[in-house]
Amino acid sequence: MVPIEYYLWLSATLFSIGVLGVLYRRNAIVIFMCIELMLNAVNLVMVAFSNYLNDPAGQVFVFFIMAVAAAEVAVGLAILVMTFRNTKSTDINMLNRLKW
Amino acid sequence: MNALLIVCGLGFISLVAEIINLKKGLHIAIVLGLVVAVAAVIGDWNTSATFFNNMLIFDPFSVAFTCLIIVVGIFWFCLTSPFFIGESHQTDRTALIIFTMVGGIMMVSFHNMAILFLGIEILSISLYVLAGSHKESFFSNEAAFKYFIMGSFATGFLLMGIALVYGATGSFDTSEITMHIEGHKAGLPGFFYVGILLMLVGLAFKISVVPFHFWAPDVYAGSPTMITAFMSTVVKIAAVGAFYKIFGLCFFSVQMSVLPIIQGIIILTLLVANIIAVYQNNVKRMLAYSSIAHVGYMLLGFISGSVKFEGILFFYLASYATTSLIAFGILYAIENAKGSTSIDAVKGLYNQNPFAATCMTIALLSLAGIPPFAGFFSKYLIFGSAIEADHIMLVIVAVVTSLVGVYYYFKPIIYMFSPAQASDKLYLSAVQKAFLGMLTAAALLLGLLPEWIITILS
Repeated sequence: MVPIEYYLWLSATLFSIGVLGVLYRRNAIVIFMCIELMLNAVNLVMVAFSNYLNDPAGQVFVFFIMAVAAAEVAVGLAILVMTFRNTKSTDINMLNRLKW
Repeated sequence: MNALLIVCGLGFISLVAEIINLKKGLHIAIVLGLVVAVAAVIGDWNTSATFFNNMLIFDPFSVAFTCLIIVVGIFWFCLTSPFFIGESHQTDRTALIIFTMVGGIMMVSFHNMAILFLGIEILSISLYVLAGSHKESFFSNEAAFKYFIMGSFATGFLLMGIALVYGATGSFDTSEITMHIEGHKAGLPGFFYVGILLMLVGLAFKISVVPFHFWAPDVYAGSPTMITAFMSTVVKIAAVGAFYKIFGLCFFSVQMSVLPIIQGIIILTLLVANIIAVYQNNVKRMLAYSSIAHVGYMLLGFISGSVKFEGILFFYLASYATTSLIAFGILYAIENAKGSTSIDAVKGLYNQNPFAATCMTIALLSLAGIPPFAGFFSKYLIFGSAIEADHIMLVIVAVVTSLVGVYYYFKPIIYMFSPAQASDKLYLSAVQKAFLGMLTAAALLLGLLPEWIITILS
């Protein structure tokens, strides 16, 4: 059996890639994908722990995350389309009208 | 529990109302339904029960916070009828607001991390849409977009934290997690603390404290004004309630390990939010920074660990929600009349509408913490409990920053009482006047009877 640490390191790596992507990429669609990557890293941790602890609750939680992530992306893409109609761009640097 | 079901049902009713063409009476039906929900909450007062296999718990804390959320929601609905009635998608907006309240109630009554997560998401996803509900406005688009990116980013952190805590303790149930921590204090793996830290980051985004606040002023300033009012009252109550339930109750025994971080967050929040607020020329944005600063004061009471803290927090949130609802309600009327929320728009308000100017003045004085209004006693109680817990340095910072606060709250007041150039009147409907008057009376009464509110919860 693969030890639990391997799963943790793998998902920590995926999670960090997601975080860095959100922070550094300027295209809104790539940012959405990076957020999905973060959530899927969490799913991997949940499933790994669920198997390791012999407790099905973690796997049930994964279904919650998947359902909610789908709803979230649906709303996010709708917001993106609405913004695109006004700005004609998916670059988030276009969103700079609100400043202190 | 009945209240949660009633509020859920109201959400479905308002969705169906579009199909069966019941739009006319919907607004009043929703308000009446919410009043019934308040009656149901009061029926549950001082009882404690769990539901759905310990997924939800309605103890005195949750019941009181549920009551606060619904009551503030009723006032919000009564102040904002123009936001629904003259505009498109009335039923959808109503349904989204109601579902936001459902999410908020779940956040203050969860007993399992799954419900915490679902509550936060129900609340946030509805709010992303509401923030963008002025579709043609660039500002509203930008607010919705920023809120969406930052909200889901924060959810990622929170979920990673929940996953790691689950791995270390083997459960999602908050009381089982607490018991496991008590039993294995020495043997907790390192990733447990990483998990707590990630949950702290995720929830800090949600309650918008410095340095995780940068989305808040933009989102508050860009959203339609009454949605901003909703975010800074109902949503704030739910988020702070959830933060307290996680870090004050569930992780109580390992609170010491995150205490230095929370202290740093408090100092940064108080300093940054209060100082930047001084430079704002837009009243809406100034109120956004003020709401960030107020969370800083709430956290100050949180780390003092006083036995009466639940009551003090409840009192603080009640008085903050009351006063900021008055301020936003009047700002909304000003925006409708003049098309702007800048500080010049409030100029000469006293000549245009003395009633609105008086209410706004009382609200701002209360937010600044001037006696005898509610805001003074809530700050006083927080500072008192922090001194008892020997956080003298933090209290000094808090007192100095609230003095800075007096400056920026007085700026709109001075503008309001300066003579007006134009003689255009500000119109308030009879309903708005009645509810603003009630809220102002509440701000005064809460200031006179703080002990009564606090003893509700202790």
